[in-house]
Amino acid sequence: MRENKIFILQIAIVCISVIFIIRLFVIQIIDTSYKEEAMNNAVRREIVYPYRGIIFDRNDKKMLVANTSVYDVMFTPKKLKIEDTLHFLKSFGLSKEEFRQIWVNACDKKKGNSYYKASVFLPTLSTQDYARIQEKLVNYPSMYVNVRSVRNYPDACMANALGYIAEISEGQLAKYGKENYQPGDFIGFSGLEKEYEKELRGKRGVKYVMVNVHGVEKGSFLSGRYDTASIAGVDITSTIDLDLQVYAEKLMQNQTGSVVAIEPSTGEILCFVSAPTYDPNMLAGKEFSKNFKKLDRDSSKPLYCRPLMGLYPPGSTFKPINYTVAKMLGVLDTNQVFPCARNLVNCHGHHSSANFHTGVQYSCNPYAYFVFKKLLYRGKSSNAFVDTRLSFEEWRENVMKFGLSQRLGIDLPSEKAGYLPTTKYYNKYFGENRWAFETIYSLGLGQGEILETPLQLANIGAIFANRGYYYTPHLVKKIGDKVTNRKEYLEKRIVYQDSVFFRSMVNAMADVVRAGTATMARSQVIEICGKTGTAENPHGKDHSLFFAFAPKDNPKIAIGVVMENAGWGATAAAPLGSLVIEKYLRGEIKRTYLEDYVLKGEFIE
Amino acid sequence: MYRTEDDFTTSIDWITIGLYLLLVLLGWLNIYAATYDPEVNYSIFDLSQNSGKQLLWIGTSLVLLTIILLVDFKVIDILSYIIYGFIILILVYVLIAGVTVNGSKSWLVIGEFRLQPAELAKFSTALALSRLFNQNSTKQLMPDTILLMYAIICIPVALIFLQGDTGSAMVYTMFFVVLSLMGEQLSGVFVVIGLILGTTLVISLLMNFTAFLVLVLIMGFIFYFFNKKKIKNFIFILLGMGIALGFYFSVNTVIDRLKPHQQNRIKAFINPDLDPLGAGWNVTQSKIAIGSGGFTGKGFLEGTQTKLNYVPEQHTDFIFCTVGEEHGWIGSFILIALYLSLFLRLLFLVNRQKTKFSKVYGLCVVTILFFHFTVNIGMTIGLFPVVGIPLPFFSYGGSSLWSFTILLGIFINLDASRRLVL
Repeated sequence: MRENKIFILQIAIVCISVIFIIRLFVIQIIDTSYKEEAMNNAVRREIVYPYRGIIFDRNDKKMLVANTSVYDVMFTPKKLKIEDTLHFLKSFGLSKEEFRQIWVNACDKKKGNSYYKASVFLPTLSTQDYARIQEKLVNYPSMYVNVRSVRNYPDACMANALGYIAEISEGQLAKYGKENYQPGDFIGFSGLEKEYEKELRGKRGVKYVMVNVHGVEKGSFLSGRYDTASIAGVDITSTIDLDLQVYAEKLMQNQTGSVVAIEPSTGEILCFVSAPTYDPNMLAGKEFSKNFKKLDRDSSKPLYCRPLMGLYPPGSTFKPINYTVAKMLGVLDTNQVFPCARNLVNCHGHHSSANFHTGVQYSCNPYAYFVFKKLLYRGKSSNAFVDTRLSFEEWRENVMKFGLSQRLGIDLPSEKAGYLPTTKYYNKYFGENRWAFETIYSLGLGQGEILETPLQLANIGAIFANRGYYYTPHLVKKIGDKVTNRKEYLEKRIVYQDSVFFRSMVNAMADVVRAGTATMARSQVIEICGKTGTAENPHGKDHSLFFAFAPKDNPKIAIGVVMENAGWGATAAAPLGSLVIEKYLRGEIKRTYLEDYVLKGEFIE
Repeated sequence: MYRTEDDFTTSIDWITIGLYLLLVLLGWLNIYAATYDPEVNYSIFDLSQNSGKQLLWIGTSLVLLTIILLVDFKVIDILSYIIYGFIILILVYVLIAGVTVNGSKSWLVIGEFRLQPAELAKFSTALALSRLFNQNSTKQLMPDTILLMYAIICIPVALIFLQGDTGSAMVYTMFFVVLSLMGEQLSGVFVVIGLILGTTLVISLLMNFTAFLVLVLIMGFIFYFFNKKKIKNFIFILLGMGIALGFYFSVNTVIDRLKPHQQNRIKAFINPDLDPLGAGWNVTQSKIAIGSGGFTGKGFLEGTQTKLNYVPEQHTDFIFCTVGEEHGWIGSFILIALYLSLFLRLLFLVNRQKTKFSKVYGLCVVTILFFHFTVNIGMTIGLFPVVGIPLPFFSYGGSSLWSFTILLGIFINLDASRRLVL
């Protein structure tokens, strides 16, 4: 035994210890990559989806749009270990091709996905579907579930105005930026969902959870020090009266057309019906793509928002506008009588002549013809063509004040402007100085090139209800607790001020319903004022139109009804509009016979 | 041979006992942290958990230690062969009636408890070897004595190897180191041959045959260049090259015979990044756990990699990961310093022993503990291949804690009794 041998052993022990300490220094302090890898390993970043804002009806209690929970099954391609592919596919009810699609999508860098990152495996499962596959997920520990809320529509109404939300497209993702949206996020695609996306959306939160090697969650990471809470979207109060909406939709269930009701004193839309419509729940949840395709291909066009996008000739509903413009331009004498000259334009009813009042009451076509003639031949030139052109331009300018041929600015996307012909149009169509009153007189009857949306029709009802002004129609009253944020909706838009004239106009409109063309709309308890219209339709049966407001004094509701191919305004749109008014003002329908008649829907013999 | 109470307590090396208690206590805390479940929050004393069980092992170990310290050292000397023989019988019995855990048929089940006799064979072999040395205290060892020594070491090695517990069997190479340190004529050459074989082992795992052949030829040429004066050297060099090549083939033959998971572990050690989710998993995860600890660590119970099971065997063979992750470089440094102090203290004690028996036994204790320490920590930080052996006093496990306690306790007893031997 030599001392130096023990010494060698001592040296060896010290050397090994020093080597260990140096090695530890390298991997613990110099090399920082292990810290990242440890995070990747054991800490999972989960997105906490915010609760999308709810949309209430105008009474703040009933929900037009609510939320329910759905489950997204997530997976990371890199971590997915499948032992038996056949069994795997069977467990989740997927075909090989479907799984391949999911995989390719999950690895698509263009969509912001990656082989190393979690992507959606099965989207939007209902609570029931999730319960069914829950036990199968145990075999694939790297998969996990994100709970998200989807839209839910308790009364399944107003689909077209509410719009829908869907997974963000690549284009939108590029447009709105990665800081606001991520692939797989949902975004409002149309209707109020799109218009108020910013308010409804809320803000995503992030949660860091610890997961063990089997993918099982083991509590929050560092007691949630780096977590951010999701901020719920703001709830919105709509101007819609849910009961009225449901009732109007019921009346329109077998029809094609629109019903828009407005509170004249504010411009708030009370109901907004586009028919035929669809159950908005169809576009919430995992059946979205399938249902969307189906709706998109439906020949009755349920996705088409008719009140905003449907364009119709106004027919006789245009006459009161023309008379008001005539008054504005000083060419209307309300006492003047014109013969009901049916050789010029045909007419209906049993009257031989008409003054302003009866002209409106019976919708006398020759009366309208003569008034329009006075509007277009105003002696601005000795040349009839020049006179017509100059008068026409002034006429057009004043008609525009009624909100025609322009977007009203409702808080919904895709509003159409409608159409009023222009000098340029006629010059091109007939040739310069080759058109006069006789060429374009049908405009005076609301026919010809003139086109309007049902929303504009309802707004005209509101203008007469208000005796000469309107507020821009809109669908949202409050955002959270804040009364509507849009200044333009508080602005009074004056068309014309003449209380004497409007008194006679309103009286005439009251007689339209009481004893004129719209007697079917008459009510014993409510004094309804309105004007019918029957728009000639070159493609088929006439469209039935009606605008009205009630009660006569201090009107609470103005309404515009368009029913495609339903014949006369008097027999279809007028009774339907009258029922909607009754429902709103009285809360119930006493005239059940009328309701039955409208629901039966046989307007044309 | 009577000793008074006073003599006994003052002659015991309390420094060693203190270091032992400190390591056992720290081990216990880290076992609790290693499998701590943040969602369930078990108490450290919960007997259904590893930390609670370890507390039982610690308690019984302290009782064992006390008993061993109270036993007259003469009894130990006399009983050496009997204990050795008894343990060998148990090892044989394990081969017949043992239970297989993790691929090794090395466990005995007694009621609720599982015992790994291979652990106990370490101290019995050390005892037998020391006794043999003591009996042949003449300077010159007879060849038959040397042969007997080899037999004493190789019998348990063979049995443990047959059980499939390669890690424990490897520990016995330390006895050869002791032999070379103790035996005059076993010195020099033995260490050199061992080193050459060791190097060749690693190289032959890393290189294909052609590369290896080229290396051997170059080495041979270099040796010849410096020693070309004597024909005898030339023959020796040729012989050496032949042995090296032969060893290369034998290593590959052995490797081919290893179980697939063992082969993979060796390959993964050479390049863990090759297959980080497969064979390299242990090493990769272990390094991530330790590496993520940083300078001061994540704090007690705050580690994520160990308690969330990313590191396998985190409370037994990979217990060092918990230290590295939760207590960082500082904690690792302190733990290594504690072991270093223990080893150096034990070597100091070895130096002051008067009998060959205690000297040899002491050396056996130091080398065995040192081997465990080196291989265990080395594998967690990627310096050694993964070999399933525990960190002494620290890892979870009754058998290993008992075995190390007995191993150390006997030496403390021998040291405390050294003045009585005159």
